[in-house]
Amino acid sequence: MHGLVNRSIQCFLGDTYGADLWAAVAAKAGAPVEGFEAMLRYDDALTCDLIQAATLRLGKPRVALLEDLGAYLVTREPLRRLMRFGGVDYTEFLLSLEDLQGRGLMALPDLDLPELGLESGAAGRFTLTVTAAQPGWGAVFAGMLRAMADDYGALALIEHVAPPVDHETTGAGQTGPGQPAPVRLGPQAAAPEWVTVELLEARFASGRRFDLAAMTTGA
Amino acid sequence: MCCAGVWEGSVLAVDAEALGRLMPMALWLDRTGIIRGAGPALEKLCADSLPGQRLGAQFEVLRPRLPEATSASEARPADDRAKAVAGRNAGAEVDLAGLLGARVYLRLRRAPATTLRGVAVPARVAGADGLILNLTFGIGLADAVRDHGLTTSDFAVTDLAMEFLYLQEAKALVMGELHALNARLQDARRTAEAQAMSDPLTGLANRRALDQDLARAAAVAARGGAPFALAHLDLDHFKAVNDLLGHPAGDFMLGRVAAILREETRRADLVARVGGDEFVLLLRGAHDPAGLMALGARIIARIEEPCLHEGRPCRISASIGIVLSASHPGADPAQMLAAADVALYASKRRGRGCCTVAPPPPTGPPDDGADWLD
Repeated sequence: MHGLVNRSIQCFLGDTYGADLWAAVAAKAGAPVEGFEAMLRYDDALTCDLIQAATLRLGKPRVALLEDLGAYLVTREPLRRLMRFGGVDYTEFLLSLEDLQGRGLMALPDLDLPELGLESGAAGRFTLTVTAAQPGWGAVFAGMLRAMADDYGALALIEHVAPPVDHETTGAGQTGPGQPAPVRLGPQAAAPEWVTVELLEARFASGRRFDLAAMTTGA
Repeated sequence: MCCAGVWEGSVLAVDAEALGRLMPMALWLDRTGIIRGAGPALEKLCADSLPGQRLGAQFEVLRPRLPEATSASEARPADDRAKAVAGRNAGAEVDLAGLLGARVYLRLRRAPATTLRGVAVPARVAGADGLILNLTFGIGLADAVRDHGLTTSDFAVTDLAMEFLYLQEAKALVMGELHALNARLQDARRTAEAQAMSDPLTGLANRRALDQDLARAAAVAARGGAPFALAHLDLDHFKAVNDLLGHPAGDFMLGRVAAILREETRRADLVARVGGDEFVLLLRGAHDPAGLMALGARIIARIEEPCLHEGRPCRISASIGIVLSASHPGADPAQMLAAADVALYASKRRGRGCCTVAPPPPTGPPDDGADWLD
């Protein structure tokens, strides 16, 4: 997995639950003590182990944790800005999601973001299909889309729809001594996940400001 | 035209507002240089109503250079040339036909003098021959967006400006991460190098650092450069301290010796711990045997000073053997280390706690060291 993904998980856990929790999770999953480097690559299994260790430690369902991760990512200003380039309103933003994988690759040619497909239905209903080598991206996008709706000031109902056969563990409540080890899906086994969006009101609140010109003038 | 077969008829009529949506950065001009209309983004840039104004009043035409209109009434005396040029730019009547075909470069007259690139095509404007000039920011896009407070809706939907800005921001983030990673790797490399070159207990240089510095100093000396001296120091009675008072006392004494050696040498010199209680000093520059003997005596005297570790007295001494690069033409590091070692054992044989400077190696058969300075 790209270091950027692991670093995001690290920052999310550290910022949300504190450095001690991150240290405990890192030790359990066998993550580097000094943390992840955003520009290096790591074994895919390590990312799964991180999430697994965090759900056990926090006693939180895996999907809920991943949704929180998605929402957290959008609170990071640089990432929020990149997402806001998607469109002037929430509908345009949703329509731009199909380009997200390509945009990611444009910035980082080895960034393995999931493939996103959007279908628009009647009366402001959308279905986002998330296809990735690892399960869980659907929940991350559900969290992201919810946070982006707030960012645009849109009122929307967003639900994560798990794949029909879910082999994954859902957190501490269902895994423990005597329980069978969770089955980890291989890269080829990952089924698509869905996120449904029901856009109730595109301009519900004023939303957050977005200036095309970056605040920090890098040049 | 190539489009003749596609379009019905050769004249295309587009509503000005619709044209503004297709090309928010377009100007439509008549042949005399009067602006008849402008896209909404250009209006925003100029903060002025453009229709009716002369092109030259708002924009400086950088390229192509336009000829002056050739009406007889505009003939001017030669000494009025500067004024003529200014007049041409600022709004005199010009023939815009010269704009057709080539790439057009304009500069906004008002600050921040944004440069624009574009292309002009002939068109029927306000019922007469004119042209449409479509413009873009080119590479100055990000500055223009900031300077003029442009938003997504100022750009045509077909414009790649959003992708450009997105990429620029994403690239800045990635570069930032890479710079940070490089800085961390550089730090780690420096730390690793320092660790690989130092003795963890005393912080002195280790054998590897000595070998490296000695090889360098020897190479310089062999070429006739700066000479140096090499002193091999071995502690006396150290084992007794270790055995009777324990390793912490031994470590304490080693730290004390290291401090003395650092204090008695100069910054450019190298002090290395090369074994349990063995040290080598690389003393750079010209040294005479008498001076080295005095240095050795001073070091030994300080090491012999009684001291306490956890209330218990510790006493050690040291023996030293010194060799000068000047005595070893070619300054072979291994030979010099061996000679320093021989001198050290001469000190040990003489009852320890003393210093010996090795003589130049004999040219004939080896003697028993009778002429060693002690």
